[in-house]
Amino acid sequence: MLALDRVSKTYPNGVEALARFSAEIRVGEIIAIIGGSGCGKSTLLRAIAGLDRASSGTVTLDHEAISSPHAKIGIIFQEPRLLPWLSVADNIGFGLADLPAISRREKVARALERVGLTEKAQAWPRELSGGQAQRVAIARALVPQPEVLLLDEPFSALDAFTRRDLQDHLLDLWADTRPTLILVTHDVDEAVVLADRVLVMRPRPGRLFDQIEINLGRPRDRNSPLFENFKRSVLTSLDRSLDRNVPDRDATQGPGHAMWW
Amino acid sequence: MISDAPVLQRSSEPAESAAAPSRLSRYARPVLGLLLPLTLALGWELVVWLGWSNGRLVPPPSRIFTTITDLTHSGELVRHIAATLWRVGLGFAFGVIAGTLLGAISGYWSLARRLLDPTVQALRAIPSLAWVPLFILWLGIFETSKIALIAVGVFFPVYLGVMGAILSVDRKIVEVGRVFRLSGFGMIRRILLPAVLPAYVVSLRVGLGLGWMFVVAAELIGASEGLGYLLLDGQQLGKPAQILAAIVTFAILGKLTDWLIEIAAAPFLRWQDAFGQAKGA
Repeated sequence: MLALDRVSKTYPNGVEALARFSAEIRVGEIIAIIGGSGCGKSTLLRAIAGLDRASSGTVTLDHEAISSPHAKIGIIFQEPRLLPWLSVADNIGFGLADLPAISRREKVARALERVGLTEKAQAWPRELSGGQAQRVAIARALVPQPEVLLLDEPFSALDAFTRRDLQDHLLDLWADTRPTLILVTHDVDEAVVLADRVLVMRPRPGRLFDQIEINLGRPRDRNSPLFENFKRSVLTSLDRSLDRNVPDRDATQGPGHAMWW
Repeated sequence: MISDAPVLQRSSEPAESAAAPSRLSRYARPVLGLLLPLTLALGWELVVWLGWSNGRLVPPPSRIFTTITDLTHSGELVRHIAATLWRVGLGFAFGVIAGTLLGAISGYWSLARRLLDPTVQALRAIPSLAWVPLFILWLGIFETSKIALIAVGVFFPVYLGVMGAILSVDRKIVEVGRVFRLSGFGMIRRILLPAVLPAYVVSLRVGLGLGWMFVVAAELIGASEGLGYLLLDGQQLGKPAQILAAIVTFAILGKLTDWLIEIAAAPFLRWQDAFGQAKGA
């Protein structure tokens, strides 16, 4: 279980990016974090990844405090961030340097097949399209089998069609080992398609505003009325989060209050 | 990275369809470039042959060629080339070692950069030839002062290249290394070195170019052998053909050594220009 306990982050210039963010995230749960710009969602993700230290509060994974990058936590960024001097296969195997070459090659081959890029194994990253590159990034993050995978607006730079394709693909890959997914996004559609639970944050300082459980089976039909209803409730919550007249207490009402019925 | 990938892909398609004309231009382009110098050379050759000029101050190509072959047969050319190559080689080696070490230290470690870089930059502002009298006083008229001068010339581009390359390594790529928990050494070996390499190769080539420049200066100051001595000797004895022979040799050697660096680096930089080649293969 991933536990966030009053995680706060104040930058040296005095900006309070994140204030007392608490949440408990079950193993294998898919969480979408959504919120207006400057609500600290990326800051939160970087704190969980151990890339930036929280000013106060703790992030614990199975009771182990996280303060630096951890073997069980993987992250996918908005850009693929592939290493341009490594082939696609070597990029995917980048996190497996400790493994003997044979099992590394085996795992990489399986991952390549899984993301449908087997014939691109020896290509250089710059020969890939944006969607292909992001799939390599996903494979690279998943190949060491993390227990928690963090995604920082991973599909926001892609066109709408590729984005949908990769969302489905991500769920497909997730089903293999069912890691905990924490996805930062500003796309309501994406949040409702992927997440078991949507956390809505509000800015200045970044804090939790609301949580919405998405009680929908998978695969989810983006056109169903139920799906539309969940989208609407997330949107409503998002709107309320940006309205300064709405007090913070919403989050304390417990999950589920914003459901459409 | 994402945004430019599709653009690259699109631009590759016309290149592919235009494969046939591009193969033609692959041979046509160097030929076009040779047209002007060849015409000039042949023209001058003709002018001298027709007796319109005696070609004493500007010898025709054939006479330069004869001078080169004569010098080669007497073994003199080899001796001069060896002397010059030895100086350039040693000076380049010292310059590269110093430039790489100091450049890496100031690139990697900001305290060292603050301590070191202002001094280096101030020294860089001095025209390197201004050191000549001092080097001769300190190190004598013979090899040491020459090699020191060449090394100084090579040092600055390499230092700047290495430091600049380290400073401009993409922070986002470094973060990938952090996510995969690379140690300091692993970070250097697996992220920093490959990221810095392209700029490093460029700085080596610039450094080598300056090395060749400075070896001429060093040999003009006082030498009993070397291509620069050949130049000076040709001037003092009024042999323009010898001067031009030495110049041609310099050009060939300079191009050749530059090409050696390029060849040696090519296997490590395949990822850079792989795009065009991969499409052709």
